[in-house]
Amino acid sequence: MKFRQWLHLLRPGDWLVVGAAVASTLAAGLTLWGPDRPTTAVVRAGGQTVARLSLDVPASFEVKGPLGVTHIEVQPGRARVASDPGPRQYCVKQGWLSRSGAAAICAPNEVSLQLEGRRAAYDSMSY
Amino acid sequence: MADTLIRADASDHRVARYAAAAIALSVAEAAIPTPLPGVKPGLANIVVLLVLLRHGWSEAAWVALLRVFATSLLLGQLFAPGFFLSLTGTLMTLVLLACAVRLPRRWFGPVSLSVLAAFAHIGGQMLLARLWLVPHAGLWALWPVFSATATVFGTVNGLITARLLHGASGVARDASAPDKETSD
Repeated sequence: MKFRQWLHLLRPGDWLVVGAAVASTLAAGLTLWGPDRPTTAVVRAGGQTVARLSLDVPASFEVKGPLGVTHIEVQPGRARVASDPGPRQYCVKQGWLSRSGAAAICAPNEVSLQLEGRRAAYDSMSY
Repeated sequence: MADTLIRADASDHRVARYAAAAIALSVAEAAIPTPLPGVKPGLANIVVLLVLLRHGWSEAAWVALLRVFATSLLLGQLFAPGFFLSLTGTLMTLVLLACAVRLPRRWFGPVSLSVLAAFAHIGGQMLLARLWLVPHAGLWALWPVFSATATVFGTVNGLITARLLHGASGVARDASAPDKETSD
């Protein structure tokens, strides 16, 4: 039996049902297995959480530490430390963070920025 | 004291024949190695669909349930977790088929019924597994595998069913008319 003859056995609604099944499988695969998009940026100063910024809308945030003011910048889907008074600027040079669980730590000024998604990539972290 | 004699009528013989075919397919299928319990072709569903479309829902229900019990018995799985998964899947399938068989036949053929049945089956199994066997939300991470399995084997089984109906009743169009089969 040829392939075309098999196709004749499909009625219009069958295409609909099979299409819906394929689409729902792909959707389930993407949501359950796809990359985890971060949803919030958590800003901590001196070990305390000072802000939880949504990654949906652009925003900027200032946080005071022992050395001065650290500027946090948020854009849809990503966040960075825009400026920091620390001497070595490691957290600024890290640039944009866009993966869930990613963190930029400005140790001298005791400020950290971390992205959170639906699930945490790590149970705990120590530095 | 009058003896009551229970005679098997034509419908009983039919159910027995179809159930035997379904059981044979299930047992043969159990020999196929699978990476995940639940990922299998479900060939017995072809028989259930054939019975549904030829002889109606109640005979299909008989065949499906006899298949679950007899296959579990043969494989030594009766009342084991696998049996309850199979039973839940089959019950969900039968409930769904009772509704789906009312869809306009012109538009929705055996393939639709087969795919919907496959999803009902795997959905019922997942639900029972989630509630009873693996009470953890992490179980849903397996869903895309089952969903893909249901899509592929649902379509293939549906096409085979459509083909068998096509071949059996010369005029293929009206496979829905019950009791067209002559005694054989």
